[in-house]
Amino acid sequence: MQVEKFYYDNKIVKMYAYATILWGVVGMLVGLLAAIQIYLPAANFGLPMTTFGRVRPLHTNAVIFAFVGNGIFMGVYYSLQRLCKARMFSDALSKIHFWGWQLIIVSAAVTLLLGYTTGKEYAELEWPIDIAITLVWVIFGINMFGTILKRRESHLYVAIWFFIATWVTVAMLHIVNSFEIPFSFLKSYSWYAGVQDALVQWWYGHNAVAFFLTTPYLGIMYYFLPKAANRPVYSYRLSIIHFWALIFIYIWAGPHHLLYTALPDWAQSLGTVFSIMLIAPSWGGMLNGLFTLRGAWDKVREDPILKFMVVAVTCYGMATFEGPMLSLKSVNAISHFTDWTIAHVHIGALGWNGFLTFGILYWIIPKIFNTPLYSKKLATTHFWIGTVGIVLYAVPMYWAGFEQAMMWKQFTDDGTLKYQFLETVTHIIPLYVIRSIGGVLYLSGVFIMVYNIVKTVKSGSLVANEAAEAPALSKNIETHGEQYWHRWIERRPIQMLVFSLVAVAIGGAIEMIPTFLVKSNIPTIAAVKPYTPLELQGRDIYIREGCYLCHSQMVRPFRDEVARYGEYSKAGEFVYDHPFQWGSKRTGPDLARIGGKYPDSWHYNHMLDPRSMSPGSIMPTYPWLLDNPIDTAITPAKIRAMQTLGVPYPKGYDQQANADLMAQANAVRINLKIDKITTPANREIVALIAYLQRVGTDIKLQRAIESLQSNK
Amino acid sequence: MKFINYLEKITDVDIYALSSFSIFFVVFLAMGFWAWKADKKMIEEISRLPLEN
Repeated sequence: MQVEKFYYDNKIVKMYAYATILWGVVGMLVGLLAAIQIYLPAANFGLPMTTFGRVRPLHTNAVIFAFVGNGIFMGVYYSLQRLCKARMFSDALSKIHFWGWQLIIVSAAVTLLLGYTTGKEYAELEWPIDIAITLVWVIFGINMFGTILKRRESHLYVAIWFFIATWVTVAMLHIVNSFEIPFSFLKSYSWYAGVQDALVQWWYGHNAVAFFLTTPYLGIMYYFLPKAANRPVYSYRLSIIHFWALIFIYIWAGPHHLLYTALPDWAQSLGTVFSIMLIAPSWGGMLNGLFTLRGAWDKVREDPILKFMVVAVTCYGMATFEGPMLSLKSVNAISHFTDWTIAHVHIGALGWNGFLTFGILYWIIPKIFNTPLYSKKLATTHFWIGTVGIVLYAVPMYWAGFEQAMMWKQFTDDGTLKYQFLETVTHIIPLYVIRSIGGVLYLSGVFIMVYNIVKTVKSGSLVANEAAEAPALSKNIETHGEQYWHRWIERRPIQMLVFSLVAVAIGGAIEMIPTFLVKSNIPTIAAVKPYTPLELQGRDIYIREGCYLCHSQMVRPFRDEVARYGEYSKAGEFVYDHPFQWGSKRTGPDLARIGGKYPDSWHYNHMLDPRSMSPGSIMPTYPWLLDNPIDTAITPAKIRAMQTLGVPYPKGYDQQANADLMAQANAVRINLKIDKITTPANREIVALIAYLQRVGTDIKLQRAIESLQSNK
Repeated sequence: MKFINYLEKITDVDIYALSSFSIFFVVFLAMGFWAWKADKKMIEEISRLPLEN
């Protein structure tokens, strides 16, 4: 058989490696700033762009889609070429993919800081960027499948299956969750409302973790761990079962983010059951990784790369054990809305994704620059500093989460709540401080890596095109033993794609369709009416400033929450909420029943200086809301977009909306005047106050109507 | 497309759970069976792929 000569493209791998490092540093620096802002409100600098509500989505998007995203592409572009024994399908597509992705990252950073956000966690980017992501993802797909189709190796190694499943599922998740109605160049409303929006969002959110942070990295693990250990994976059979079980089960687990919320109970239970089942494939994968090193643990002592990989795989095991535990309703009742969740995700992010990325960077850079690593000792130092950083990050957050949840739930002997919300926050501030020290350590490790890699790169030279040779793929494929059906599919990447899509689409569809179709799932509440134009404007300001990142709008049916906040939330209250704003973390108190709780002037002063109203509060200041005028030019377009989504404003209301807006704004202005606060009516603070005073009040109206009727 | 609710009530809702579970279970069993019966030489060959270059 004729042997063909060809070249692997290492230049594109280098570009992704550099981008991974750059965005890693940026994303973690921003994370550190956010961590400091939590205990030092002055670190918000009183500017819109540097305030926590905009910094936090920048941090999460940067580390997930920029750092890990480029890490995925680095791993895929390196391993796919070698597993297929072929150069990437098209150099041009590789470059378009690379620069397209970096452009998306930059535009994401700029728009997020300017306050353009959809208000849905990890899917904050607005519609033009959503479209760009889709296009670039398709280019990545063409390049990947092109490479697979022109491969010189008949078998598709399991890593490639993980890459295929990743591609198809991320495409589906992104498209379904990004349905939105644009009403301006950079703003849109979510297609879905309330409980449906929540379900789609957390189906997406959970599976973004599953199919962006996990499956591609598992594929990478199945390639690079055997490579670094120089031995095949412990059990290839187990890796096959790991793959199929994982993609089948993962897609179902999303509703565990919505336990005890207004989501229908059957959907919550479904999420719990599948989350518990997830332990099996996850631990199968972890053990497969760790057992690969059986008999080679002496190497781990010597080799920092293996050290990083062992801790990464162990963290994967910890996070995937903890995940199912957090999906148990009794555990979730404690953990949800607290820093426990933050600890959990950082075991995954810092340990699994971060450490695996570092291990691979230390492995790839010397390889493609054809030179040994500058300093093994520095890499080992990085490993230890990073590990201590993870511990110092995670332990205080577990502690804080557990402690705060316990304080929330404590009652005095008289049956009243023992602690004010603010007391439960100030109590855990020392733990927030320790967490940021953990972050500093982790980040200093990264800087050591940057130095080590710069030195390595300088001492070698890039092998941009690495020569390789392999026989062309024969039409007559040799067989081993009997041909089972899996052998058939294993040779057919396109069919593999279709089957993966079927597997994940079934899960998604069965989970969501009933909630969309069944009337009994969302009982309507007669008193729930659409927001007034002023409230709608206020709500958009609430979303712009990222209030949902620290304040939930979801009172769970627990004694302490009902005592602290008021009546528990019902699904029917959110039918006009495009997007939903239930939140996932209570750094501040829940706001589902904030309407009518304080006078307008309290909100005015509180937004100007939270500490004047609540001494010790860690909330940032929002002085610009007092000066910015409401953008009334956009009101008609917003009303029309809402009408398209089925919100029952009367026909032609878009033209009247601003008159109603000004009338309501004037009422708020007069209200403030009574409390000796002078402000023009057309200020953003007025709209925000109108919105906050409306939140959660419809149900009170409903109760009033009911009691009137029963008194008759 | 407006998200009004099309059906009045869900009859036989369990069909969703049962069908999905059956699909998963059948695929899983088939996979397990294949992995158990697969040719040892081929498995070894595939698992060595990352080490080749």
